[in-house]
Amino acid sequence: MSDLYLNAAVGGALTGLVYGLMALGLSVIFGVVRVVNFAHGEMMTAAMYGAILLAQAFKLDPLIAMAPIAVAMFILGYGLQRGLINAFVTRPEHTQFMLLVAVAIILTNGQLIAFGPDTASVQVDYALDSYQFGALIIGKVQIIAAGTALAVSGALFAFFRFTLTGRAIRACADNYLGAQVVGLNVRHLYGLTFGIGAACLGAAGCLQLLLTNVTPLQGPSYTLLAFIIVIVGGMGSLTGALLSGLLVGVSEALAGVMFDPSAKSMFTFALLILVLLFRPQGLLGRRT
Amino acid sequence: MKLLFAGLPQRALAALGLFLLLLLVAPWVVNGYILSLLVVMLYFAYAGQAWNVMMGFTGQLSLGHSLYVGLGAYAAAMMFTKFGINPWVGLLVAVATTTAMGVIIGFLAFRFGIGGVYFAILTIAFSEFVRIGFDHWTWLGGSGGLFLPVANLNSNDLLNLRGAPVMFYYVMLAMCVAALAFCRWLLGSRLGYYWQAIRENEDAAAALGIPVFRYKMFAVMISSAMTAFAGVFYAFYYNNLFPEQIFSMGRSIEIILGPMIGGLGTLFGPIIGAFVLTPLADGLSELLQWVGIDVPGVKQVFYGVCLLLVIVFLPHGIWPVLARRLKLEREH
Repeated sequence: MSDLYLNAAVGGALTGLVYGLMALGLSVIFGVVRVVNFAHGEMMTAAMYGAILLAQAFKLDPLIAMAPIAVAMFILGYGLQRGLINAFVTRPEHTQFMLLVAVAIILTNGQLIAFGPDTASVQVDYALDSYQFGALIIGKVQIIAAGTALAVSGALFAFFRFTLTGRAIRACADNYLGAQVVGLNVRHLYGLTFGIGAACLGAAGCLQLLLTNVTPLQGPSYTLLAFIIVIVGGMGSLTGALLSGLLVGVSEALAGVMFDPSAKSMFTFALLILVLLFRPQGLLGRRT
Repeated sequence: MKLLFAGLPQRALAALGLFLLLLLVAPWVVNGYILSLLVVMLYFAYAGQAWNVMMGFTGQLSLGHSLYVGLGAYAAAMMFTKFGINPWVGLLVAVATTTAMGVIIGFLAFRFGIGGVYFAILTIAFSEFVRIGFDHWTWLGGSGGLFLPVANLNSNDLLNLRGAPVMFYYVMLAMCVAALAFCRWLLGSRLGYYWQAIRENEDAAAALGIPVFRYKMFAVMISSAMTAFAGVFYAFYYNNLFPEQIFSMGRSIEIILGPMIGGLGTLFGPIIGAFVLTPLADGLSELLQWVGIDVPGVKQVFYGVCLLLVIVFLPHGIWPVLARRLKLEREH
């Protein structure tokens, strides 16, 4: 019996790392541009469909498709920020929010029109391989997905920590006016940030495609999931997002074993409500 | 009565009267299809008006109003199907249920200082939480749905809300007029001024001595209580309830599209928004069907594009521009 829980928890943790990468994209965008990307899950769904198209056309493994998808998502994100959202950066919060709701509605239903309501998935030939460690059995795809998610997150941390552009972006986040005064091109940097967030999302989408299938109408629930992870981890905190992704993954998996798989998001919502009430700044967030 | 119309120019009164007259005679002129469209328009006008109290008047963005619609619908439908109690008594239960829910959400959020986007997410989370709960509540049909006995279309039983669409039309029209008058009264009352102060600047409002927490609670209570009727109406008009549909986030967004597009915080915004959007979207689907394109999602894409265009080009919505053009604005 305890083996069952152990397997569920480890499997959930591995999925949770992919969730974490997805939420990282949201956290980066919010932390810098201060705009909540309400179309997050819808954009990830678009990336997943992109990977499916690549798999159908060129038999590309989603792991390899990750590179072109991330680049495409970067361009999309950069364009979206420069073309549409940038004019809204100083507008009231609810206006920004509704703008992205509109983008989300268009994306979801555009995908519904383009791909139909059925689920789609990619079959890789190692889908059923697994490793056994004592009582613990872990699928190969899960290990690959989680490992890649960790690697991408690591690269993102390194980018923000060590490169000049990364530091410039952090400067914009810390002090908008100050960044302008020292001559940073804030509009461009905001565009870059949105692009980087979207690229993370593209990578997360490809990894998620290894673990599950995709439907056009899943967008809103992924958006919600990303929000919950970011709020639980602390808005703007990158390690927080990763940690809380892990937590949500484990709680979902355990809920599935203990109660009913369809009730798993109830646990996640309960987690959100608890965190909002007792630690509104999130697990690793700073109080503003 | 005098207060309700105070400051309105003659032509605005005339326009309002004409609009109401048109709506009153409409069922005698139009066919069944247009009538069903009008019912949907009035439904969204009413629900949008109720939502507007929270966001438009008080500045609290709720993205979970389908929660109140769903709870109201289920409460009245439960009373009717399980205990044979008529929907007007059921409405009391529905109002009590949604208000209690509003109090819980409002208390948790406002007591702990959760506002803006966090509040919006909290409302979605509650609505999803309840949706999953209802999905598993087999006594009320679970995910398989709850059904009301189909109405006899030949006799109108107002007490039990069983009858032809035209009866539902007049019921909803009456409620829309009542909601409009009520909101007008609210806006002109001390309560309304406090709300608007909170909307514009919460800290300044608090500094002026407005008990912000209490007045935000009033907003969520009044809004959720008003929304309960939309739910009761939905249940008895459509005769079927599925948690998957009625509690969905998409439904919440449909409710708020009217006031967003019509004009946030204005009295006529929700009405104009619903009256513009519903026929446009439905006309578009009809047109597409007519040319042989029948794909789900077109209507929603259209909603999205409308929302996008209005937010980018008419950030205050249609009504303020329209009112200025037609000189229907209230004189100060």
